[in-house]
Amino acid sequence: MKIKISAAERIFDVFNVLFMLFMIVICLYPFIYVLFGSFSDAKELMKVTGILLSPQGFSTKGYQEVFANKDIYTGFANSIFYIVVGTSLSIFVGCLFAFTLSRPYLKYKGWIMKFILVTMFFGGGLIPTFLVVKSIGLYGSRWALVFLSMLSTYNVIVLKSAFDSVPNEIEESAHIDGAGSWKVLWSLIVPLSKAAIAVQVLFYAVGIWNQWFNPMIYLTDRSKYPLQLILREILIDNVSNMGDGAGTEDKVGYDDVLKYATVIVTITPILCVYPFLQKYFVKGVMIGAVKG
Amino acid sequence: MIATKQKNDKTVVNDRARALRKKDGFSREFSKYKWVYFMALPGIIYYLVFCYAPMFGVLIGFQDFKYASGITNSDWVGLKHIFKFIFQSKGTAINYSVINPDFVRTVGNTVVISFMNLIIGFPAPIILALLLNEIKSSGYKRVVQTITYIPHFISTVIICGMISRFSMKAGLFNAVLGWFGFPAENLLLKPEAFKWIYVLSDLWQQIGWNSIIYLAALSGIDPTLYEAASIDGAGKFRQVFTVTLPAIIPTIVTLFIMRLGSMISVGSDKVLLLYNDMTMETADVISTYVYRKSFYEGTNYSYSTAIGLFNSLVNICFLTAGNAISRKVAETSLW
Repeated sequence: MKIKISAAERIFDVFNVLFMLFMIVICLYPFIYVLFGSFSDAKELMKVTGILLSPQGFSTKGYQEVFANKDIYTGFANSIFYIVVGTSLSIFVGCLFAFTLSRPYLKYKGWIMKFILVTMFFGGGLIPTFLVVKSIGLYGSRWALVFLSMLSTYNVIVLKSAFDSVPNEIEESAHIDGAGSWKVLWSLIVPLSKAAIAVQVLFYAVGIWNQWFNPMIYLTDRSKYPLQLILREILIDNVSNMGDGAGTEDKVGYDDVLKYATVIVTITPILCVYPFLQKYFVKGVMIGAVKG
Repeated sequence: MIATKQKNDKTVVNDRARALRKKDGFSREFSKYKWVYFMALPGIIYYLVFCYAPMFGVLIGFQDFKYASGITNSDWVGLKHIFKFIFQSKGTAINYSVINPDFVRTVGNTVVISFMNLIIGFPAPIILALLLNEIKSSGYKRVVQTITYIPHFISTVIICGMISRFSMKAGLFNAVLGWFGFPAENLLLKPEAFKWIYVLSDLWQQIGWNSIIYLAALSGIDPTLYEAASIDGAGKFRQVFTVTLPAIIPTIVTLFIMRLGSMISVGSDKVLLLYNDMTMETADVISTYVYRKSFYEGTNYSYSTAIGLFNSLVNICFLTAGNAISRKVAETSLW
């Protein structure tokens, strides 16, 4: 069947393609601008007020400064700790929990489901949570961060849906072969839900990597700060000296280069793993959408 | 230990058929499936400690909570703190005829920012998804998707760091605004600009990511529907309204109701990172006010808890009302 394409449709198609090109530019250009800025010479950069199409001059001074900053290293190390420990725990506990929730033969799983759904809409809020953390002695401890973001209801539901889609006969036959629930979960259901778990790892890890509010509230010791808190000190300066013309011109320009370099250094790890995980996104979001 | 567990699970399966016939109480169910229930225990403990205990903790919003006395021994004061938030007060006396300027500022800003976010941020991903759906080259489509998702994964701190650089007089935003004839100035020091910076940067960060779910819904549409529509003489544009949109309406409605649950709430993260003394009047929202009142300007835990509670009650009202309306009108609802 041949469908005639009208002129209006053709014009629309052209505009649509151009619009998407515009979207690409909008989403990427800020990062490219920062990249150019980070390799620029501070004095040259100061002279430019428009958009950047290439680095102004060339200098790696910003990067030298970033890599000379010890805080960045400890921040990185701490963030890695929070991600590795936090994500492993989240996945481990999440899998156990989702397993129970997805067993069709359990009579009370509906109640457990309601029990967690409630928390999507009701919450204690900042202070009551803070007081709980304080009263169980986690205030100032790394474990406060690890435990606080251990499970997210949304992620649990996504995982439960993934486990739901594993045919129940697999569990039955495994039981007949003498495997216990523990074994059924870890050697049958989890391997069969690899894609969903990959998405979970991604969501939890990105969530932990990006958090700064909880660390700010619950950590007291600078040596435990994750990278985001260090970044906050570097990137978000005291607003009072953010007014234009404050400080010497020289310093302001140099400041820019340093900040741009910091941004590039810290987003690079995410951008490096991003392409490998990208194919799982749609799947992960879709599983959540269907049952969520 | 493993042996006993396995034995137990074997009986689980063997007893299944019998369990279906004989439906009886708690103890039987638990003794039969105790290992399966046991596996949920760490998760349940997490929810009890970090979600339910704080819910119980909102009671301090009705107390003059003192850390030393704890929740059991602090004095109960009823709705005092909520009134203190809404009305002007001097010491302990509350003047019920004057509204607290803090209330007007924080609630006003929260409502306006939420609303702008809803009006701009809710339809945009739908439009993007609809337009992406019309892109014929699947390679190009994938490239656009990949790139528009990136901002979602960049942390708030970095986004705000970039915003604060770009907002400066010689920054990127001013360069672009200059094309349209706006004079260059530091945008973060400009009270009128704050809400726009907040909402538009949110749009930029989330538009691609939020479109995924609609694209997923769009990809599930049966292609024969389009064929049937075109045989009936519907052009491409007609098809968008007769086939495409109706197919994703349930998704739109569901997401809209979910959104209503956070109708009057603006997260503190971005505001805390971007506001300053100059923009306080237009930027301060309920959550940042709560934060300041508890950690920055004294430690009035009861007062800030009461405000937080007030805020979530308003949100729950929106959610419930939205759900009820949509159940009637669109026959889609969350519960």
